[in-house]
Amino acid sequence: MTRRLLGLGALAVVPVVVFAAFFVVPVAGMVSLGFWPDGRFEPGEVVDVLLRGRTGRVLVFTLWTAAAGTAASVLLGLPAAYVLHRTTFPFRRFLRAALLVPFVLPTVVVGVAFRQLLGEGGPLGFLGLDGTPAAIVLGLVFFNVAVVIRVVGGAWESLDPRPGHAAATLGATPTQVFRTVTLPALRPAIVSAASVVFLFCATAFGIVLTLGGSRYATIETEIYLLTVQVFDLPAAAALSVLQLAVVVVLLLVAGRARATTPVSRRPAPPRRLGRADAVPVVATVLLLAYVAAPIAALVAGSLRVEGAWGLGNYAALSTTGDQQALQVTVTDALANSLRTAVDATWMALSTGLLVAVVVTRRSRSRTERRVRGVLDGLFMLPLGVSAVTLGFGFLVTLDQPPLDLRDSPLLVPIAQALVALPLVVRTLVPVLGGIDDRQRQAAASLGAGPLRTMTTVDLPVLWKPLLAAAGFAFAASLGEFGATSFLARDEFPTMPLVIYRLLGHPGDLNYGMALAASVVLAGATAIVMLLVERLRVTSVGAF
Amino acid sequence: MLSLQEVTVAFDGDPAVVDASLEVSDGSVLAVLGPSGCGKSTLLRAIAGLEPVQRGRIAWDGTDLAGTPTHKRGFALMFQDGQLFDHLTVARNVGYALHLQRGRRRDPDADRRVGELLDLVGLPSYGARLPGTLSGGERQRVALARSLAVEPRLLLLDEPLSALDAGLRERLAGDLRGILHAAGTTALLVTHDHDEAFAVADRLAVMREGRIVQQGEIADVWRAPVDAATALFLGYAAVLDGAAAGRLLSAAGLPAAPAVALRRSALAVAAEGQLRGRVISSRLTPEQVRLRVDVPGLGELDAVAALDAHPGPGEDVALRVDHTRLAAMPHP
Repeated sequence: MTRRLLGLGALAVVPVVVFAAFFVVPVAGMVSLGFWPDGRFEPGEVVDVLLRGRTGRVLVFTLWTAAAGTAASVLLGLPAAYVLHRTTFPFRRFLRAALLVPFVLPTVVVGVAFRQLLGEGGPLGFLGLDGTPAAIVLGLVFFNVAVVIRVVGGAWESLDPRPGHAAATLGATPTQVFRTVTLPALRPAIVSAASVVFLFCATAFGIVLTLGGSRYATIETEIYLLTVQVFDLPAAAALSVLQLAVVVVLLLVAGRARATTPVSRRPAPPRRLGRADAVPVVATVLLLAYVAAPIAALVAGSLRVEGAWGLGNYAALSTTGDQQALQVTVTDALANSLRTAVDATWMALSTGLLVAVVVTRRSRSRTERRVRGVLDGLFMLPLGVSAVTLGFGFLVTLDQPPLDLRDSPLLVPIAQALVALPLVVRTLVPVLGGIDDRQRQAAASLGAGPLRTMTTVDLPVLWKPLLAAAGFAFAASLGEFGATSFLARDEFPTMPLVIYRLLGHPGDLNYGMALAASVVLAGATAIVMLLVERLRVTSVGAF
Repeated sequence: MLSLQEVTVAFDGDPAVVDASLEVSDGSVLAVLGPSGCGKSTLLRAIAGLEPVQRGRIAWDGTDLAGTPTHKRGFALMFQDGQLFDHLTVARNVGYALHLQRGRRRDPDADRRVGELLDLVGLPSYGARLPGTLSGGERQRVALARSLAVEPRLLLLDEPLSALDAGLRERLAGDLRGILHAAGTTALLVTHDHDEAFAVADRLAVMREGRIVQQGEIADVWRAPVDAATALFLGYAAVLDGAAAGRLLSAAGLPAAPAVALRRSALAVAAEGQLRGRVISSRLTPEQVRLRVDVPGLGELDAVAALDAHPGPGEDVALRVDHTRLAAMPHP
């Protein structure tokens, strides 16, 4: 047994060390700056902050917008999950891919798009939602409905249809079958999706920053504000701790919900759309319109130059903007983004693969199982921890040997890789975990050594998900904003930073360029995700 | 009474059921017997309304069921496993249909009926258990009780005993027959196991490659299978045709026929036997000794011997033909 634990340890060494150096240390550094402000242990300041009225208000705002976002995502996602995973019609797979794209779109881009749509001059400006919490919730739903569709749709697809048929023969109408048989069977998947979506909503940064303005703050943007504008590090540290506590609770709930999902599955062939499917189809069409509207507004806005239609904004991408808004041209920033994303991808992929292998090997004892469970949960933490905390933590801790990375070009990719790591792990774990161990045992009994077994059994199943995870990580890191905003050097900005910078500078050309750059970035991430979807890996985006 | 007239079901042009016609009269049990993949489950699902019918007519008491959705047909359906609602207790499972009709009020009548049904299927105090804690046989009994709770016009059973082990299967088959007769339920059973069909049903329809090749009373079908493939599927060990058939039939004292099917126990080792042969191999089973015997003019055939006589390979034996274990067939 000790040998197995040692073996487990050896495999886990690299990811754990990487994780410790680039996640635990920076986050701890950031947090300790609050508890040890002048080198002395003074929790008093932190406690003060936690008891402030503003902290309470910010926490409440975070929780209720996250709850509203979660509820709306689930309500909108359920019908779409049904239509896209239980029925068949032309272009179904394209639509599925199209609805996954919002998840990886850069948050800044989405914020801009919604402002285009809901702002004074926009087509929905009459609703007066610009700058209200409703706009934030709308933005949150935009991102997260994809998660609900993937998780619930995946479970629905392989739900045993026989209890439903038996219920129908016992006299249950289709609505009754849905209410009494299907929904209870889907409950674990719905709860799992809801807990992950709540986590994402509670830690959203770019959306709240661009849509909330100065009036509305969640914990995440409050940390940013305290760190960057007010320089009140103890307060920022206090809020980081609070956020960490909330995230850990949510991850525990999500982990529990995932664990109780039944394992036995029975794929049922999808049905042709029929008249009875009218309601879900209408709901799905509305969802598609909801997702397409901001994008359309964005594209339309980018094509308007000085009151007329034209490609002037796109042409201006090779400049540095009006009144020297930027230090480099937008096309240079695009190149930076792509290079960084490549680095982040191989780092996330290699670490994530090791983690997935460690976490999915069968445990022979309770200690082993607990250790694997802890590792699994540990590597999900970056999903929830504030990217701002992480970014700032990097800055304050990674400035001394042996890890003096302040001027290293690898700093930004490392931060982005950490943010993408949970995505890679959650894509690979279901696939690896789904391989029947008896296949490996059969290979071993036929004389194959461990390496040969791996290439015969694991690799054929794994190469597609690896590609898909790479694409997913690439798209996510193209759009990463929170941590990058702290860490990118001024001479080497990435696209999201450039867009944010252009938005902050007055001038129509700058605004137009921001829109054009957003469209280019959105297009790049969309193309990557559409290619990923062609690989047909069901665990992508299914947390 | 259920009647099917030339029902055809096809998936994307692939015919699964072709021109199926049969009748199930009230109170009787019909078994549709066929190998895996012959379309019998599809036929069952079409009768339940879960599959669309391309051609033909499914009618109950003369009324065409074409426009009637599944939940209005009054045909309960039972599968081989996996149909209980895991999130409900046994009592709630059995009472599912009763609660559907009367809403969620606690109905003492419903509770009483659930109790009666659980007693009927032999699970008297199982009401509070969850399906996940039951064995396979217990789960099938609960499913049966649930189907009977609605007093269905027709009970459809899709290989209900296939997931159980052999001993349990026998016991439950007998119980099933008793329960169906006691309740007077009309039933249509689909299976690939001829023992199951014989144990539970009154009438038999044999299905192969989507078509119904023979139907009638069980004893009649069994005694006179319509062709070689049917005979082999019904458990006959071998089919002889031509001269060999003639020789065997005359040895048994039966009139000549183009083909004859034999069961494994049709030839028995006996001193007064009409045929002679040489033993090729022998195998001991709990009931008798099974032999492979080479009979000149007939070829290699199965035979049996009593447990105390133990002929070995190479021995010459005399074989008696049991004419009740032969079936003459109109064509090979």
